[in-house]
Amino acid sequence: MNQTDIQTSREERLAIDRAAKKPVGLLIGTSLIWLLVGSFLAIGASIKLHNPGFLADAEWLTFGRVRPAHLNTVAYGWLSTAAIGIGLWILSRLCRVPIKDDMSLTLAVIFWNIGNLVGTWGILRGDGTSVEWLEYPAYAAPPLLISFAFVMVAAVSLISRRRPGHIYVSQWYIVAAFFWFPLMFLTAIILLLWSPVQTAAQPPINWWFAHNALGLWFTPVGLAAIYYLIPKVIGKPIHSYYLSMVGFWGLAFFYAWAGMHHLIGGPYPAWLISASVVASVMMFVPVIAVAINQHSTMRGNFAALRSSPTLRFIVFGGISYTAVSAQGSLMAIRELNYLTHFTHYTVAHAHLGAYAFASMVFFGAIYYMMPRLLEREWPSAGLIRAHFWLCGLGIIFYFTSLSWGGLLQGIELNRKETPFLEIVALTLPYLKARTWAGSMMTLGHVCFAISFVWMLFKKPSASTTATLLGRPAPKKQSVRQP
Amino acid sequence: MNRFRIIFTGFILTFFSSWVGLVLLPIITVGDFKQSVDPETGAKMPPDLSALETRGQQVYMSQGCIYCHTQQVRPERAGTDIVRGWGERRTIAADYMAQGPALLGTMRTGPDLANIGTRNPSDVWHMLHLYNPQTTSKGSNMPPFPFLFIEQEIKDGGSPEALNLTDEFAPPEGREIVPSEDAKALVAYLKSLKFSSYTVPGAKRAEIESKVKAPQR
Repeated sequence: MNQTDIQTSREERLAIDRAAKKPVGLLIGTSLIWLLVGSFLAIGASIKLHNPGFLADAEWLTFGRVRPAHLNTVAYGWLSTAAIGIGLWILSRLCRVPIKDDMSLTLAVIFWNIGNLVGTWGILRGDGTSVEWLEYPAYAAPPLLISFAFVMVAAVSLISRRRPGHIYVSQWYIVAAFFWFPLMFLTAIILLLWSPVQTAAQPPINWWFAHNALGLWFTPVGLAAIYYLIPKVIGKPIHSYYLSMVGFWGLAFFYAWAGMHHLIGGPYPAWLISASVVASVMMFVPVIAVAINQHSTMRGNFAALRSSPTLRFIVFGGISYTAVSAQGSLMAIRELNYLTHFTHYTVAHAHLGAYAFASMVFFGAIYYMMPRLLEREWPSAGLIRAHFWLCGLGIIFYFTSLSWGGLLQGIELNRKETPFLEIVALTLPYLKARTWAGSMMTLGHVCFAISFVWMLFKKPSASTTATLLGRPAPKKQSVRQP
Repeated sequence: MNRFRIIFTGFILTFFSSWVGLVLLPIITVGDFKQSVDPETGAKMPPDLSALETRGQQVYMSQGCIYCHTQQVRPERAGTDIVRGWGERRTIAADYMAQGPALLGTMRTGPDLANIGTRNPSDVWHMLHLYNPQTTSKGSNMPPFPFLFIEQEIKDGGSPEALNLTDEFAPPEGREIVPSEDAKALVAYLKSLKFSSYTVPGAKRAEIESKVKAPQR
């Protein structure tokens, strides 16, 4: 690439980032508010489980409402809002065209947040649907759907205006996710809430949706961010194009079929459950493909983890993706599921996916995006470091304590002599440990939020050096390279 | 560019394959059960929820009971559900057809409730337990639901519905605790849960299947 080309591509990037500044900045900013709301709801729910008298007189704050309010605020308020922002920005970068500067995305942000607000309020006042992962009452769905329609229009506009050239794997993941999510959301809303199908047919639809919310929505956007940002930060292309294709199509086909493992042992015909057990185990194929690809890309560049905040979070998330997927495939095997089903082990597993993988990757992506969107650097390396270690160690502590507690719970549930209340007593220390772990993670989120707000009020400065966590390794390209 | 159209078709086809398999097929197969009607008495099987029980199910959902209690009995090979006395046989899809939503649940912080109406039909016990679980189950981590009850002054010798609370749970002198309409509806709903006793198509087979033990290794 000669000097003029570099100059053009730099200007092109600047134009893209400036166009994305308002809508994407708003999405990320509001997602962080939901992250904090969701975290405090989580701590409340966690305390209540080992200390049932805590805030027990307030009907709005009973465990059975705070817990789904936590799940929905982090799933739709934090993860989905961030996924829309990150997805649109990466798509705009890779299509090499700016996001259209009109009101539609601002409206999308407003509607999306109204939907979340109404939904959370609905759960707390007692209108929760008891459909797991879709607890927002039916009346919260229209603003969410309207909002996503605007998002899809923006995505289609980027794709149809894209500059000619290679379509990178991150684009596949994002475009697919931006279509899969509204299709499955609409299916679930219509068939379960607006015009429910016969009762016996509802749970399979519930778990098809709930599992795909992770598998075909957060996961593809997370993987798109990993595939886009690792090469950006270390300045080296992805190891293998073909492996990334195997990873994509494997995920698209097998993940969509995996949801019925949540109904193992339940009141459904064996063929339905078996189809999902097979698909879950087959998920090993795309997961191993992605793991090899990421590891081979990173090989020789692990020193950059010392300096780049983005890379630290992203690599933590990438490793967690391999771990949570392998664990999920194993948990779908009937004999193991008989042990872990109905226990806290499943909750730990869900957090390994939604937090250690998806949330950590999104944190990393936000650390990369915001300086480019706002044209100013993160104000404090210390706050980033605190965020990383509090959340990183927090989720490890969370996962180990709750998995262990869940395993003991599963063993004792399957031992008919153990009285039920003894099992409750047995799990209490692990539930308390979970409260401490969750508090660490929440403290990390507070550091992140302080960092973000501080950055907003800093003066823009185009030429400052990037905020790094340590000195970059010698002769490697710095994080500000294209 | 055409290539993108081909890729896009792939996204949609993989997605709809699962839509057909896991959404449409269950609707066609397990979703077409019909309740049977006794020609003489007109009684339906599985029975419909009464108005009070339907309201109770709404309270169950509103309070989020599903996050700690399942309503499904697994066969013997899959767990100790049957030997713990949570049901005579495994539950099958047809058992749920007359419910509003099927509240199967995925967590057993508390015990299964698929047959709580058979296992424990005592109004007195359920009311005390809901008011404060520590009265009946010391050490439970279930939250108390004081807001489903009304504290009132004792008049004319007291309400026949008043809870018999003693020691640290007793209300102040001269006052009593009575269940609200919501609490009564919830208990009526809980007492209606008897899934393993329904004679639905497939129930006989489920009974036999329930007793099959895991193969010895």
